[in-house]
Order: sequence, then C-alpha cells, then structure tokens
Amino acid sequence: MKLFLSFVIKEARHILRDRRTMLILFGMPVMLMLLFGFAITTDVRNVRTVVVTSQMDHLTRQATQRLAASEYFTLTATVSTPQQAERLIRQQQADMAIVFAPDFASKKSGLQLLVDGSDPNMAQQWAAYAQQTILSPLTAQRSALTTKLLYNPQMRSAYNFVPAIMGMLLMLVCAMMTSISIVREKERGTMEVLLVSPVRPLMVIIAKAVPYMVLAFVILLVILLMARYVLAVPLAGSIGWILLVSAIYILLALSLGLLISNVAQTQLVALLLSAMVLLMPVVMLSGMLFPVESMPQVLQWLSAVVPPRYYIDAMRKLMIMGVGIGEVFTDVMVLLAMTALFLTIALAKFNKRLE
Amino acid sequence: MIKYLIQKEFLQIRRNAFLPRLIVAFPIVIMCLMPWVMNMEVKNIKVDVVDADRTASSERLVHRIEASRYFVFNGEKPSYQAALQDVEKGQADVVLVVPRGYGKALVTGQPPQMLIAANAVNGTKGSIGSAYMSQIVAAVPTAKVSVKNLYNPYQNYKLYMIPALFAIVMMLLTGFLPTLNIVGEKETGTIEQINVTPVSKWAFILAKLVPYWLIALFVVTVCLLLAWAVYGITCAGSVWLVYLLSMLLALFFSSFGLIVSNYSENMQQAIFVMWFFVVCILLLSGLFTPTRSMPSWAYLTTYVNPMHYFIDAIRTVFVRGGGFAAIAQQLLALAAISAVMGCWAVLSYKKNR
Repeated sequence: MKLFLSFVIKEARHILRDRRTMLILFGMPVMLMLLFGFAITTDVRNVRTVVVTSQMDHLTRQATQRLAASEYFTLTATVSTPQQAERLIRQQQADMAIVFAPDFASKKSGLQLLVDGSDPNMAQQWAAYAQQTILSPLTAQRSALTTKLLYNPQMRSAYNFVPAIMGMLLMLVCAMMTSISIVREKERGTMEVLLVSPVRPLMVIIAKAVPYMVLAFVILLVILLMARYVLAVPLAGSIGWILLVSAIYILLALSLGLLISNVAQTQLVALLLSAMVLLMPVVMLSGMLFPVESMPQVLQWLSAVVPPRYYIDAMRKLMIMGVGIGEVFTDVMVLLAMTALFLTIALAKFNKRLE
Repeated sequence: MIKYLIQKEFLQIRRNAFLPRLIVAFPIVIMCLMPWVMNMEVKNIKVDVVDADRTASSERLVHRIEASRYFVFNGEKPSYQAALQDVEKGQADVVLVVPRGYGKALVTGQPPQMLIAANAVNGTKGSIGSAYMSQIVAAVPTAKVSVKNLYNPYQNYKLYMIPALFAIVMMLLTGFLPTLNIVGEKETGTIEQINVTPVSKWAFILAKLVPYWLIALFVVTVCLLLAWAVYGITCAGSVWLVYLLSMLLALFFSSFGLIVSNYSENMQQAIFVMWFFVVCILLLSGLFTPTRSMPSWAYLTTYVNPMHYFIDAIRTVFVRGGGFAAIAQQLLALAAISAVMGCWAVLSYKKNR
C-alpha cells in the first residue's frame, strides 16, 4: 500500500511541476464560467432600427417614440424608401427597418417590418418584440394570458451552460490528460523503467490515474462554488447526489482515457484521438450547445452513445430543476453501465499489453 | 534559401502519415456533419395540456396545437401538478392550462385566463416556445404587420452557420498545426540544428507559415464546393472577398500558433494554452451568440477580437451579399491585427536560448 502511495505522490509531483498547464487547468473553468455567466447571452438589446416613412404624421411619430423609448431598440436613422433601408441593413449599419405605408394614419394598417434574417432565432425575437411595442395600444386584449418561465425566470443562460461546462472540463482532464500522460511515458521509454519496479504493472497505471481523479474533483468543486457564489445559479438539488453522479462520470472519463492510452503509440495520436473522438462529440452531440431534438434522426441516435449527454442531462435536472434521484434514474443507470463496460475493457487490455 | 525551407516543410508534412489525411478529411467531415448539428432552431417542443373546460372550443385549441409544426402534443394531464411532473422528468417542455369556462368566455368576448408554463432552463427554448404557444392561443391574427425576413426567407439555420464553419475549420487547421510544429521540433531536438544554421529568423518563421496559408486556400475551396454541392448554398457576394478574409484569418491564427509554441516547452502545454485562447476568442466573437447582446464591458473585447471581424465580414458577404465597401472596416482591422501577430511571432523566436 505504501508502495502504491509513493507512486501516486510521484505522479502528483509530475503534474504540479508543470506550472503552465496547472494555470490553464484552473483558469479554464473560471474563465468559462465568467464568460457564460455574464457575456454569452441571446438577450434582445441594441437592435439598430431604421424608420422608413415618406412623411411623419402623429401616429407614425407616436410609434417611433415608443420604439425609441423601448430598451430593446435603438433608432439609428430615418429614411424615405425601403430600398435605402435594405441597403443600410446590408452594409450592417442596421438590423431592422419599420416601414410605414403612406396612409398609415388613416387606415391604421400598412406596417411592414424588414428584418435581417441571417440569424433566424434573433430575427424572430426582434420581430415579436417590435410587434408588441408598436401594436400594444392598438389591439385589444383578447385573452388574459399568463406566461410563466419555470426554473429560470430570468432566462439566464448560465443555468443552461454550467452543467455543460462541467461535462466538458471533466472529460478533458480525466480522459485527455490521463491518456497523454501515460503515452508520454511510453514514448520517452520511461515506462520500461517503471515496469521493472516491484509494483504490479496494473498498479502503475492506476497510480497514474489517481492524481487526475483528485484534480477532477477539485475542478468540480471550483465550478460548483463559482456557480453558487459568483453566478448565483441555485444548486437546487441535493449536493450528495450531484457529487455521486459526478464521481461516476469521472470514473467513466478515466476509463476512456486508459483505453485511449492503450491504443495510441505517440502523444500526438493520443491527443488527436481524445480531441476528435471525445471532445468533439461532447461539444457537438451532447446537447451542450445545440439542442439534440433539432438534429436529424441519425445524429440523435449517435448522440445516444455519447456519455456526456446523460451526465449533462442528469446535472441539469439535479442542479437547476432540483428534482430527486428518481427522475434521473435512467441517466445514472446508463452512466453506470458505460463505466463498467469501459473499465473492464481498459483493464483487460492493459493486463495483456503489459506482459 | 527560403525556397528550400518551404520545400522542407512540405516534405515533412507529406512524410507524416497522419497529417495529410487529416487536412483533407477534416474539412469534409466538418462540412458534412456540422450544419446538421449546429441547428439552434427551436422545434419539436413537447406540450402537455391541462384541459379543465372540455368543450368544443378547447378541443379545437388542442387540434391547433397538434397541427402546429413546432409542437409535439404529449397528451392531456388531469392537473397542473401532474403536468409539472412530466416537465421534471423531461417528457414535456411546455404546459398549457385551459381554465373551465374557456368556451363560454370566447363566445361572450371576455378574456379567458390561460396559463402557459415553459421550461426555461434553456432560456431561448423557453422564450420561443412560450411565444409560439401565445400565438396559437391568441388565434387572433396579429395582422396589420407583415414581417419580411431579408436574405434568409426560409429561416434556414444552415445559411447562418456555414460561414461560421469556415472560421472554425480554418482556426483548427491553421491554428493548431503550426503550434504542434515548432513544439514538436523542440521535443525531438531538431530545433537545435536549425538554430546553428545561418538562416534568419524572418526566413525561418515565414517558411513555417507559408505551407499553412496554402493549406488554408485549399480548405476554403473545399468548403465552398461542399457548401454548394451538399446544401445548395452559395455565396451571395463576391467569392474573392471570402478568400481575402480567409487568408487574413489564416495569417492571424498561424502567427498566433507560432507565438504560443515559441513560449511552450512541450506539446501538452502548447495545446492547452492554445485551447484556452481559442475558446475565449470563439465564444466572444459573435459566432454562436450575437455580440450586440453582450454587456458593454464584454463588447469592448470585440474590438480586438479578429474572429469577430471575420465572422461579421464573412456573414455580410456570404449571407447578405455585401461588397467591398460594406466590409472595408473589418478588412482593415483584420489586416492590422494579423500584421501585429506576424511581427510578434518573428520577434519572439529566440535562436540562442
């Protein structure tokens, strides 16, 4: 046991000696949390609007003033033809144009919105807000509609992204760094030196994984603390379950790292493999940035074999929605099954290879 | 002299078993796969209805929901609590509560009190889902305003994202490969051999950069062809502007990659530092989320973010069909930043260490 511990301490010293990587490893979650918490939003603001009207009567002036007073829109210019407005939008000096028909005051109709449709989601939101702002006194209320936004009433994107950041960073640390570390020893030839020591070969490999596991837990705690105290994301669920599910995920990522280090012969290959096979699918197919339901069927099936998808899903439910362990039961079961599978394969292959 | 160095670089790339295949396969895979993935369109929203009224009018409302192409009708639940449980399990995204007396209220002209509850963990999804639902419930055509979507009449998300993909592919290929290049030489020790030759710093760095510019040209061509062949999407503006922008971006990223590798000792360090900066640059560039939505302090960083200028300019040229005048400011900014990076790359390379 003491022998094993001395190996673990050796590995820990190797990691700590590399100051720059340590800096990045802790700087990355902090920076990502700050960015996603404060800078990355899809809020509607500063929409540059152009008013197109051949003459200003009292109704058009009223509507224009309502727009100018609104916090969403910024009036940039007034022109007389729609073509001029379209040119302004194409030159990227405006996002939207409101066109009043010449007889708007008399007929109370004849209003057109020219919206820059490049970004469909934003275009829809701009059009909806503009309609609300201009038309509110003109249409009677046909129904008293109450809209309630559950779990995240202020629509803060941090709620959505914190679980995703956890999924990505834990995979990065456990899988990528572990595999690169093991392969580096193979490449340099120092693995041979380790294997003649009195410790069983398997213990050498596990001793390499343990410091990274500790590191992963530390990063997890940093993220949770930042989420709670800096971003004010409520940790609505029970901390115990959050940590338990995260522990399962960390084990899963570690076994994937071991598998990759088995297959790769050089550091470059290990790096590219973990980047292509692990990180890319995590970022694209796990529901982290892009909703899985909007993807074609084939990609939805592919997403079903990507482990971080279940972890991010479980974390969103546990952390943000505050549900009990029952609702995330399927996710946890899938994670456990995958962990068991990858761990057995990785360890079995190692026993064969190291002989 | 420099001709031979460039030749050496190409030979080394070709001799590597992995790199040429990566350079050809990567853009193809990304272009064929990513537009399907990077679809932020909100659809297939699951709806639970709690119908306390059960008249013909409320049935009609349910039919309207079923017929809508945004929603997937998940079923009727006996109570709001039961519907909320569905939301917790992830089986429903939006709940609509129809009060008793809905049908009568419609006839008498009184506004019926309805409730729409949307799962807003994903803020955009919650907001757009509840907005669609309000439109269906209101049923009064908010006519009098016609909305025309310029440049993208079918609201095709791919049209918006494909220029962004050019940026991502270029960034990955012309950013990471030069980084690994010099650090790889440091690790194997061949950098010492170059350091004792009379090759000047300028010639050495230039020779390292040129192959990656040519690779960038190749990659952009492949991406344009694939965009046309697979998705039928072509550039609305001039293709030469696309090439010009891409070359400037390649200059920036390859210089940046070389700077990072000049300051790194081994591959792992270089990759992690590069990864850190790339993620920052990407997130703050307006690729995924609009820069105008950022708070003002974050918006200041976009003034020095070359990716931001690139994304703005390429979307203007590709989607909106803008010309040289429309992107003149972005071109100038990109050229200035890339030139500064290039000089820094040369100055930071130390021959005697």
